[in-house]
Amino acid sequence: MFDTLSDRLSATFRTLRGKGRLSDADIDETLREIRIALLEADVSLTVVKDFVAAIRERAKAEDLSKSLNPAQQIVKIVNEELIEILGGETRVLRFAKKPPTIIMLAGLQGAGKTTLAGKLAVWLKAQGHTPMLVAADLQRPNAVNQLQVVAKQAGVAAYAPQPGNGVGDPVAVARESVQVAQHHLHDVLIVDTAGRLGVDDELMQQAADIKAAVNPDEVLFVVDAMIGQDAVNTAKAFETGVGFDGVVLTKLDGDARGGAALSIARVIGKPIMFASNGEKLADFDLFHPDRMAGRILDMGDMLTLIEQAERHLDKEESQKAASKLLGLGGGEFGLQDFLGQMQAVRRMGPLSKVFGMLPGMGQMRDQLDAIDESSIDRIEAIIHSMTPAERANVSILNGSRRSRIAKGAGVQVSEVNNLVTRFVEARKMMQSMGGMMTAGGPGARKGRQAPAAKKKGRGVSGNPAKRGQAAIASAAAPVAPDPSVFGAGNMPRTEAELAEAMKDFQLPPEMQQFLNPKNKGPQR
Amino acid sequence: MDPIFWLLIACAVAIVAVLVTAVVVRRRGMALPPRVERPEIPTAPTEPAHTASTTPSLPGLAHEADTSALDVPEAPASRLVRLRRRLAGSQNALARGLADLLAKDRIDAATWDDFETTLITSDLGVGPATELTTALRQRLAIDGIVDSVQAHAILREELIRLVGPDVDRTVHTSGISDPDAEDVPGVVLVVGVNGTGKTTTVGKLARVLVAEGKTVVLGAADTFRAAAADQLTTWGDRVGVETVRGAEGADPASVAYTAVAAGRDSGADVVLVDTAGRLHTKTGLMDELGKVKRVIEKIAPVTEVLLVLDATTGQNGLVQARTFAEVVDVTGIVLTKLDGSAKGGIVVQVQRELGVPVKLIGLGEGVDDLAPFDPAQFVDGVLGD
Repeated sequence: MFDTLSDRLSATFRTLRGKGRLSDADIDETLREIRIALLEADVSLTVVKDFVAAIRERAKAEDLSKSLNPAQQIVKIVNEELIEILGGETRVLRFAKKPPTIIMLAGLQGAGKTTLAGKLAVWLKAQGHTPMLVAADLQRPNAVNQLQVVAKQAGVAAYAPQPGNGVGDPVAVARESVQVAQHHLHDVLIVDTAGRLGVDDELMQQAADIKAAVNPDEVLFVVDAMIGQDAVNTAKAFETGVGFDGVVLTKLDGDARGGAALSIARVIGKPIMFASNGEKLADFDLFHPDRMAGRILDMGDMLTLIEQAERHLDKEESQKAASKLLGLGGGEFGLQDFLGQMQAVRRMGPLSKVFGMLPGMGQMRDQLDAIDESSIDRIEAIIHSMTPAERANVSILNGSRRSRIAKGAGVQVSEVNNLVTRFVEARKMMQSMGGMMTAGGPGARKGRQAPAAKKKGRGVSGNPAKRGQAAIASAAAPVAPDPSVFGAGNMPRTEAELAEAMKDFQLPPEMQQFLNPKNKGPQR
Repeated sequence: MDPIFWLLIACAVAIVAVLVTAVVVRRRGMALPPRVERPEIPTAPTEPAHTASTTPSLPGLAHEADTSALDVPEAPASRLVRLRRRLAGSQNALARGLADLLAKDRIDAATWDDFETTLITSDLGVGPATELTTALRQRLAIDGIVDSVQAHAILREELIRLVGPDVDRTVHTSGISDPDAEDVPGVVLVVGVNGTGKTTTVGKLARVLVAEGKTVVLGAADTFRAAAADQLTTWGDRVGVETVRGAEGADPASVAYTAVAAGRDSGADVVLVDTAGRLHTKTGLMDELGKVKRVIEKIAPVTEVLLVLDATTGQNGLVQARTFAEVVDVTGIVLTKLDGSAKGGIVVQVQRELGVPVKLIGLGEGVDDLAPFDPAQFVDGVLGD
């Protein structure tokens, strides 16, 4: 794992401490780190050079050397510049005045064009359009079938008169499809073309022919977020060979940092319009320049973490557990809650990954990589061998219960003992940490009210129906918060504000200390 | 279960607690319906329209569209020679940059910078690029070489050393034939992220093996992507190889098991198992892959696990390789799409860090454009010799 940019920069600046001011040489050193960070994020070299030069100019203009915290200043400048390039020109799909609107997809093999066609169709359909997919990929074996299946999944029509597998003329298919669309009153056509390499003149000509035949309103260049230095060459080849109006970035659900986005936006100057981040047809979104900037710089991505949490966590259960943990009612935090939370975290990805997304965890990388996930399985097995009563209250665990659990889980009794003592310790720690985080982290602005609302609800949760109402009430409660109760009104109300708050998020110092390697050497 | 571990778990749980509250805030802003986890894919039995048209598009290999006529694949040995010029296309920045460097009378610092730049743009990574530049610079300085022919030879040598000539690059496809027990076929498992060309590689590899006179069974364990099994079947039909497939959405491990069992029962030499593309960040899908391998090993040991990497992949390729190696113990790499402008420099890092050699390279869309990787020939191709 590479260090994050902010870690690198802080390491650089640490050596400068005590000097007071930054010299030009210091700035050069910083820029070198930025250069490497960008290259490792697959930003193309020429773009990196230009970019670093621009940063240098700005850093000098703003007289960084006098600032109190140059590292943060530089990161801020870099981030702003990135957002500017990435989001320089945002625009929405252009629809034709006279339907059908024709959208053509082009890109390398395996970039995800066919899947994207389906995603785009679902997205357009949700906006009240009636899209039709056109199978103009007659090259790859069974691409036509794939498109038909995707169309069926998306619930839209597909026009596939040719069987594919090298048979048929894609230009003719595209041309006919326009008439078919007019006839069947489809107002958007999505033309899926075969994947082709930038160096393949013959196929590039074919793509240009398809374009000429249907005169599309939008040509979208589909590119894989994992692409490396070749991104610029490829994009240029497509720009000159076919010409495109916008870019779609796919496979953003991986952990590639996607520097290609920056290269393409900078060199070709065409906007990135959509981002696709998952295997399901609904995993498709407009492009967010700010998130992409954070990702390229590997600056710990709280928003993504939250998004993942949103996807994978059972909100109600987790909330219950959270309020127990924070001592806000609902009984004591038991092993069952612990198990639930632990599994929730695991659903979000490997632990090292989840931690890696937190800002400021750079110095922890080694420890994170050393986490043995299989010992979590063992813990789960032990907890699964307990009765609900035991899980709720570990103090009832006597010798015979413990030996039964050990047998059930296939471990030694000592391991069960170990788990119980560790759990009790950990619970204390979690409580204090949870408290700290809600007090010091982004939770400060909202940590109080959600569990409080929960508490109100819990009082009446005697029967299931009411419990349901309580849940609704608790979900609804934060919607209309009374500013006077929560003080200062600095609670983020919108996603944008939340994003702003998350940017400044740092682990509270106490917690960083918990994680400090020095504190945990001896017992190892 | 040491304290550090508990500490981390405790942190994780505490973080979740905070995240939940954050989610609540966020939710308020955007009234979206909750996402549903992996909706059931309607199993759509696709029409086998492809059987009528199993003719490969490559000129020279084209037969009449007669399903009984099978292709005769080209012998693998002659392939790299034919494909070499594709490595050295006009788009080849590396070859051009190196040629420029060597054409100069005096090599100064700026030239070396350009040289390093050229290496970086082939996705070699900053570390290896710098190392190679330094090594080359030193050697040229020590030996006092100014002659461009000699410099060229040294460059070639260093590049070959970088891609590592002395590793076992054979694709292990022979199973166990034990006179006391039942013979089991060799099993090749093909894995990788989405869209790198796994199915195509399996199809091409099947042709190579058929050309070598082996009997092959294909296992279409990609049950997720629409029409992936059809795609593989098309490949199989072209060379008369049986494809074992399951229903769309079926458990890939069960399909793989059935395929290997079918291979064993029919006395096949090799079973090639194609898997669904999966991003290495998806824990669930990676676990599924681990299961596929474990289940296959109930019948026969997996002799080869090939990771398919796309030559356009950047620095993320290393992370991919590392994760896949952890889960299924990758034994070889297939580098695909090398006929484009990308040079796949990432494999140097992968090879170095994980010790997994590149075994095969894909050089085009033609059905026989898969060749064994040979470091010397590869470097010659890159240098445009």
